[in-house]
Amino acid sequence: MAVVTQAAPAGHEEDKELLISGSEAVAEALTLADLDVVTAYPIRPYDTVMQAIAKKISGGQLVAEYIVAEGEHSQFEIVKHASTVGARVFCGSSGVGWMYAMECLVVTPPLRVPMVALVGNRALDDPGAFGVEHNDALVVRDVGWLLCWIDTSQEALDTTLIAYRVAEDRRVFLPLAISADGAFLTHSQALTMVPPKSKVDQFLPRYNRGDLLLHPDNPITVAPQANEDWVIEIRRQNNEAMARAVGVIEEAYADFRRVFGRGPENPWFEEYMTDDAEVILVGMGTISLPIKVAIREMRAKGRKVGLVRLRWFRPFPTEKLVAALSKASALGIIDRDYSFGSPFGSGVVANEIRAALYNADRRPPLLSFICGLGGREVTLEDVYKATDLCYAAAKAGKSDPKTHWLGVRE
Amino acid sequence: MAALICEVVYRGIFQKNLAARITRGIVLSARKSGRWGIAFGRYGDSPQRNGIPAKDFAIVADTKEELEQNMARYEPKHVDVTIAVDDTLSKGVESWAWYGLQPINRLTVPNGTLLMTSLQSFDSLLKDIHKKDAPYKLALLRAKASFSGLWVYREDHTEVRILGALAKIAPAFLTLDGVGEAIREMEWGSDLKVESAKKAHGRLETREVTMTEGNAEIPYSFEMPKWWEMREGVTIPAIPVGKPKESGKGYVPERNPYFKKFTTRTMRPVIDFDTCVKCTLCWIQCPDSCFDVMPDGTYDANMEACCGCGVCEAVCPVEHCITMVNESVFDDNASQWEMWRKDKGGYKTWMTSKIGDKNATVRSHGFRFRGQYEKELETNLDAGGVEITAGIPGENAQHKTV
Repeated sequence: MAVVTQAAPAGHEEDKELLISGSEAVAEALTLADLDVVTAYPIRPYDTVMQAIAKKISGGQLVAEYIVAEGEHSQFEIVKHASTVGARVFCGSSGVGWMYAMECLVVTPPLRVPMVALVGNRALDDPGAFGVEHNDALVVRDVGWLLCWIDTSQEALDTTLIAYRVAEDRRVFLPLAISADGAFLTHSQALTMVPPKSKVDQFLPRYNRGDLLLHPDNPITVAPQANEDWVIEIRRQNNEAMARAVGVIEEAYADFRRVFGRGPENPWFEEYMTDDAEVILVGMGTISLPIKVAIREMRAKGRKVGLVRLRWFRPFPTEKLVAALSKASALGIIDRDYSFGSPFGSGVVANEIRAALYNADRRPPLLSFICGLGGREVTLEDVYKATDLCYAAAKAGKSDPKTHWLGVRE
Repeated sequence: MAALICEVVYRGIFQKNLAARITRGIVLSARKSGRWGIAFGRYGDSPQRNGIPAKDFAIVADTKEELEQNMARYEPKHVDVTIAVDDTLSKGVESWAWYGLQPINRLTVPNGTLLMTSLQSFDSLLKDIHKKDAPYKLALLRAKASFSGLWVYREDHTEVRILGALAKIAPAFLTLDGVGEAIREMEWGSDLKVESAKKAHGRLETREVTMTEGNAEIPYSFEMPKWWEMREGVTIPAIPVGKPKESGKGYVPERNPYFKKFTTRTMRPVIDFDTCVKCTLCWIQCPDSCFDVMPDGTYDANMEACCGCGVCEAVCPVEHCITMVNESVFDDNASQWEMWRKDKGGYKTWMTSKIGDKNATVRSHGFRFRGQYEKELETNLDAGGVEITAGIPGENAQHKTV
């Protein structure tokens, strides 16, 4: 197993403040988590993470197997196998690279492999583009991956530690993808608190594969072929693991706050000025920044607008989200993704929230927006426009289900 | 009867195309009397696996609604006619997909018909066919099993003979004229085949079977685990390491307790332990690891694990040391080596009678020499078209051709 060569001195150590990108923050967390095996195949923007890990290894701060694969498919296969023999693994990709690994991505949850992956969100080809869209990570939303979105370098570091704690919990044993907006997060350097190893050791136990360990002393066959007599039972097990993840995630965040003295009370989503909000906007990832600024501008003019930034998409925090959103007069869901031909042509998040609200006692008018695709800037004006439409729907007491595209040349 | 439900139990790969032709023929024949119908197979891997019992079904009904009512199930739970085109299936059905052993007549309705092609007598077959808690009819067409391969089909008229027999069993659904008309229109049909169907219609032998008749063995079965009882992560425990046979000598591997393979065989190896040179080849080459190592260093084919593929016979360097013999001449799955150890003279007599049975040592599938097919067609199909040959072409067929 990997050994951190830097001796971890006993006693009370303080966090260090570093100016690092989201990708570098992930590498810091992986070093602290004493990663065993990482695979690499370059694709922007994920490649910044593999570069940062390579530096950690070459600098002697991390001892881990660093395997350069010949493509994403092999990249994910390698870590899948390494995880079954008990290694703590990391992998990642972006856009169509993530798609190329799709076969391995779908086999990972039924095999209950707690791989942690970073998806540097990138628009799917074509056109070949580098900017952020969330469609890449969202393709695994139905197959048993835990899926969350992060917003800052600090959250990148903290969530990576939490990810291992959750995924490697025996009650869960599911792969976990951390989604980070390409460029805005992966390439932007921000001041980040890096905790000492001693704190991490208090928070993160070693990975114990237990009775599923592939080892000569525990002879098992993994992934035999099966017919219809077995498949639905296996799916049922997966569903149970996903349901159990809810409690495990809440436990992990509570423990994180206890050990590190920071982190959100509510793991599932961030609420910004929602207490008295008439209109609540909802989004995932770095889109929160222009929305928060716009909210402050609008509040100065007397408009009570708030933001819910969704962190966890799988498991989806249905009850909590319904409680937070159903009190508003109108909702504006801003998707940085698309789902062509979906109900009302809305984005994925909007349709999930519509479904979640279906049985709510109070269902505010819900407007769906698609914006910022391919890394297009989400401007304050876009947010103002969305808010105006939400207020009009609140006044009318109902909403036109059609989806609004913002920031498109027309 | 407003609907006629038939199942065809067949051997994976070897009879895949034959079974499909029979079920297709049933539907098209019944269509001639204005019936609606569907022909389908149980989806799974069994049809693709050598010798594994598999099933095709044909349902014909008076109306589309009655047809749908019977199609709503994944596979029929009761059938009016069970058709088996290899008489070694009389020992039961254990497919790759259904666990445990199903008697061949399990789905046959009370007073329904089990239709088989066989050269055996009724009594001989009833030693193998399990007892049923209701009377039924056993109908026999005289023929040997019609085996071919993955893509090919053996033109020995078996499919039309079955259709002709069905016209006798269920004339309300399949008339002999309708069968003839359908055969003529079939891409594989011909006037000669229509004649074969008519002959089979006339020659079908039928006998009532009472509840007291049949093999009294209770077929082995097991209960499928609940989802929360199953291991997570699509993992199964490895088969544990085996043990010495006795007194620290020999080796018997542990085997999958849920998959016995008793019914996947059409032939089994009969071993002459006196001539065995202990070369290990059968033990190494067996794709199912069916050989147990005996304390004296010889190898005993364990019938729980033998699929009857015949590789052992092909690789054995000693002439007549391993001989494949048709499954129908065996009454149990007991160890040959134990029989030999207890009574060498008795074993010799038993073994000689088995490997000396010219009918039983004919290879159940494949042709043994060029021109065999033409020769078989010349012979009377009711006698099974039997040509006495044995062995594997290119390997040891010349030695074993009688």
